[in-house]
Amino acid sequence: MDRIPILRIGNLLLVTIQVDMHDRLALQLQDDLTSRISTTGARGVLLDISSLEIVDSFIGRMISNIAAMARVLDAETVVVGMQPAVAITLVELGLSLPGVRTALDIDKGMSLLSAYTSTDRDRLEPALPATADGDGSGGG
Amino acid sequence: MAVAADEVIQVRNQHDIVNARHAVRTRAVAAGFRLVDQTKIVTAASELARNTVSYGGGGTLRIETLEDGLRTGLRLTFEDHGPGIADIGLALTDGYTTSGGMGLGLSGSKRLVNEFDIWSKQGEGTRVTVTRWT
Repeated sequence: MDRIPILRIGNLLLVTIQVDMHDRLALQLQDDLTSRISTTGARGVLLDISSLEIVDSFIGRMISNIAAMARVLDAETVVVGMQPAVAITLVELGLSLPGVRTALDIDKGMSLLSAYTSTDRDRLEPALPATADGDGSGGG
Repeated sequence: MAVAADEVIQVRNQHDIVNARHAVRTRAVAAGFRLVDQTKIVTAASELARNTVSYGGGGTLRIETLEDGLRTGLRLTFEDHGPGIADIGLALTDGYTTSGGMGLGLSGSKRLVNEFDIWSKQGEGTRVTVTRWT
């Protein structure tokens, strides 16, 4: 069965989605990622979606779920590289990915995560970009 | 208004949803859609194809390229012979779902297209037709 590879870099996990995922593959990724966070004790997840040509509500829910599950396992998720056309469509569709942190590219996502994993969380919180619902408390 | 090209594809499982996205993308590019418009119609197609699979028990997608004077459009018709929708108004409400999803499939895809039409009869099936123009 197909699987999306999950790479470990220090205490971060990097996932680059490079295929047009069918639904089961998306659910598989959600499961694989949560078990990898748990077994590696990773503190951050970098989800690179720059190759994704669309994000529909199913993939959107997967992204929100990953962020929420990771948070419960004491890891932060940053979604990077969303294409502008995808972002426009996503918002029009009615999805704003509440509670999901985003960065424009992998470099910015990495800095965001390394700041999180190396400092006290409370001190970092105000410096993080606002999420769509403003408080970052949503979970999908 | 003339129909310039017409094809029908099967929408029966999750792999067909991916195929439907690719087919609609190819036709949107051929029709001269801008990237944002391509993304919108492909995303709508993905939502509606999933509905056809999840609720309708599978069905078909007809893709038609329309010529109307200076405009070109893409008309997508999703049809199934599943149980039908009991309350279309409710089904079109943001956040309403019977499957544990986000409840954005119908309402969200309606926002992504220029024309939206739904027919459903309990015990007979559902047909959703959407059109987006260049």
